[in-house]
Amino acid sequence: MKAFLLHNMRQFGTLIGLLVLCIVLWILTPHFLTVANLLNITQQTSINAVIAVGMTFVIITAGIDLSVGSIMAFAGVVLASAIEAGVPVPIALLIGLGVGMACGLINGVLISWGKLPPFISTLGMMSVARGAALLYTQGRPISGFSGDFRFLASGEILGIPNPVIIMIAVYLIAHFVLTRTKLGRYTYAIGGNEEASILSGINVRYYKTIVYGLCGMLSGLAAIILTARLNSAQPIAGIMYELDAIAATVIGGTSLMGGEGRIGGTLIGALIMGVLRNGLNLLGVSSFIQQTVIGSVIIIAVLIDMALKKQKS
Amino acid sequence: MPEDIVLSMKNISKRFPGVIALDDVDFELRGAEVHILLGENGAGKSTLVKILSGAYQKSAGDIYLSGRRTEIRSPRHAQELGISIIYQEFNLIPQLTVAENIYLGRETVSVAGIINRSQMRTDAANLMHQLGVEIDPDSAVTDLGVAEQQMVEVAKALSMDARILIMDEPTSALTEKEIGELFRMIRRLKEQSVSIIYISHRMEELFEIGDRVTVLRDGCLIGTRNITDVTTSDLIRMMVNREVTERYPRQRMQPGREMLRVENLSTAALLQNINLSLFAGEILGVAGLLGSGRTELARAIFGVDAITSGKIFVKGRAQTITSAGQAIALRIGYLTEDRKQQGLILNLSVKDNICLPSIGRLSYMGVVRQRAEEQAASKWVGELRIKTPGIAQKVMNLSGGNQQKVIIAKWLCSHADILIFDEPTRGIDVGSKVEIYELMNRLSDSGAAIIMISSDLPEILGMSDRIIVLHNGQISAEFDASEASQEKILHSALGAA
Repeated sequence: MKAFLLHNMRQFGTLIGLLVLCIVLWILTPHFLTVANLLNITQQTSINAVIAVGMTFVIITAGIDLSVGSIMAFAGVVLASAIEAGVPVPIALLIGLGVGMACGLINGVLISWGKLPPFISTLGMMSVARGAALLYTQGRPISGFSGDFRFLASGEILGIPNPVIIMIAVYLIAHFVLTRTKLGRYTYAIGGNEEASILSGINVRYYKTIVYGLCGMLSGLAAIILTARLNSAQPIAGIMYELDAIAATVIGGTSLMGGEGRIGGTLIGALIMGVLRNGLNLLGVSSFIQQTVIGSVIIIAVLIDMALKKQKS
Repeated sequence: MPEDIVLSMKNISKRFPGVIALDDVDFELRGAEVHILLGENGAGKSTLVKILSGAYQKSAGDIYLSGRRTEIRSPRHAQELGISIIYQEFNLIPQLTVAENIYLGRETVSVAGIINRSQMRTDAANLMHQLGVEIDPDSAVTDLGVAEQQMVEVAKALSMDARILIMDEPTSALTEKEIGELFRMIRRLKEQSVSIIYISHRMEELFEIGDRVTVLRDGCLIGTRNITDVTTSDLIRMMVNREVTERYPRQRMQPGREMLRVENLSTAALLQNINLSLFAGEILGVAGLLGSGRTELARAIFGVDAITSGKIFVKGRAQTITSAGQAIALRIGYLTEDRKQQGLILNLSVKDNICLPSIGRLSYMGVVRQRAEEQAASKWVGELRIKTPGIAQKVMNLSGGNQQKVIIAKWLCSHADILIFDEPTRGIDVGSKVEIYELMNRLSDSGAAIIMISSDLPEILGMSDRIIVLHNGQISAEFDASEASQEKILHSALGAA
């Protein structure tokens, strides 16, 4: 038990931060701690949370993906046009995931074989995918879908909204992949020491490409949730989403240096951001101040993290 | 004290935690002389010059510059005192021009703070002229060859009025012709009464350019001689530690079948026509100086550096190895020279490091079989007596010796039976060294074949069954352990016939 606590100390710290935040908001506004509001928060958080899973994988390999927001928009409009054209919903969903994954794999190939820094490759993809989304729709949103498709976001099981269920499923799977599979082991190894990983026989290029592909695919999944929820696919959706995903990952304790991080931490990080936004809204704080507060929280979280690490070593 | 002694270092000692790098060393430098500093790796040469250039502070002793007692406080202070050092790795900024590099941080500026480019350019051109070289002060350093960059470093030193110039292995990256030019320049510098401390391993050079030579060994001064009074053999005898003690518990085995054969292997960078065989139960020592191609040989066999020609046979079958993964599948393991940069993933656990190359075997359909993994890790931690609180401990918290054992465990776990050990005992304490030697005995006893690359000659002699010596990417000698000696190995390693 003690070992478990020590091992997850960083995550407990973040969790305590989240709980303190909730208690403070509960005291400040009675509306905060209602079932309806909490479900609302998790539902709003689900999109960022899903993207942040891919981001966590990428950042553990010591990379970064700036293109997730644009990929989400592109995957969203392609998916929407497929549904509009009468493609059966399950196939349309696969198309959405596939478009996201393809963009991610291109990132991976450029990084692994093209030897581009992840920052540059995904910065380029950020612009390319956004342009593609605008070009594909001529800048117009695609709206109005069947109830089957909208059910993905509007439906619920046992009172839990579907987006939340999808989010939980993604986190459970991602946790399993990171801790229990070869891919997860290699993700940590590559970020911890790429050279040593190569010399241990790991096909680093292949696995890095897979990780970026995975990140793109999760952007596609986020596109599905968003499009179903809004009943509309916008080519300009997801602007700045990459920063929210990076923030959730980093608040959750994943090191930008790579090799370290836990998927549970990212969920807490995403929830902290969601709770903070929601709470500030309930308190009637202006959106200008909200921006400033959220930015400060990111900086403070990372400062605390660094201080803790220094103390440990 | 005679007039012409520009530098005198008396009773210099330098202690690092747990190590005495220099022990009561005297060194003096005359005006306008080229003084060679000679010794094996780790003999204390670089420590001595680092004290002189202000990079290290001495633990004890006195330094006199032109007879006056002086404390050298920092690299900058050393420069102000007229001492400049040119490292093997140049300190130039590639994107800047020659003139900008020479005057970096000391730009000629007008009252308004604007850099006077034309003045700097003229000054730089004058320096080049003084050195007798033709380099355009306006060319970017990145466009220059190694030899020219070195000249820029020398010009930079001269621009700071250096009276003492330290050159660390200045010829290691130069061609024959460039070496000739370098020597011409050194003679010019002597005429301008600059004194030079010259570190090099290349015997032929020493006799060509040196006036006197000082030999260090294990941090101690062995002696200073006029170059005309000594021979190569004298110098080698001075460099070599004669006492080979019983620190090496090697039990020699009867060699078994051929595990590895390399035929005419060459690489683009360095290696030329390497031929070697390795048998089960054998330890093959690989000696050679830094840059002789030892590590490159290991990397080529392990598939991480491409080979341009030649064949590799593993257990009798010709193999094309183009990745570490393939080498591992052929049961080859490679313990790298630099365990922190290349061997270990420091922030992962002992278990994860040990199992990393074997994860494929330890998983089913991509899912790691945790119990199998824990069992494997625990088994090797026990067998190798790795001191760790548990297999979940991060390897960064282990001692150097135990980290090294984790890497060995990693290769044993992957069932490697051809092991390449590159400097297996560097930087680890004596107790762990002996444990690693005993482990090597056990491995060869059980039929594994080991290639041991080492700079430590007593270790090579003590542990190997056969020894090959590399020089400039070629095998310059091969000995049976019984007929080898430090002198013979060093002769071949230095390329002396």
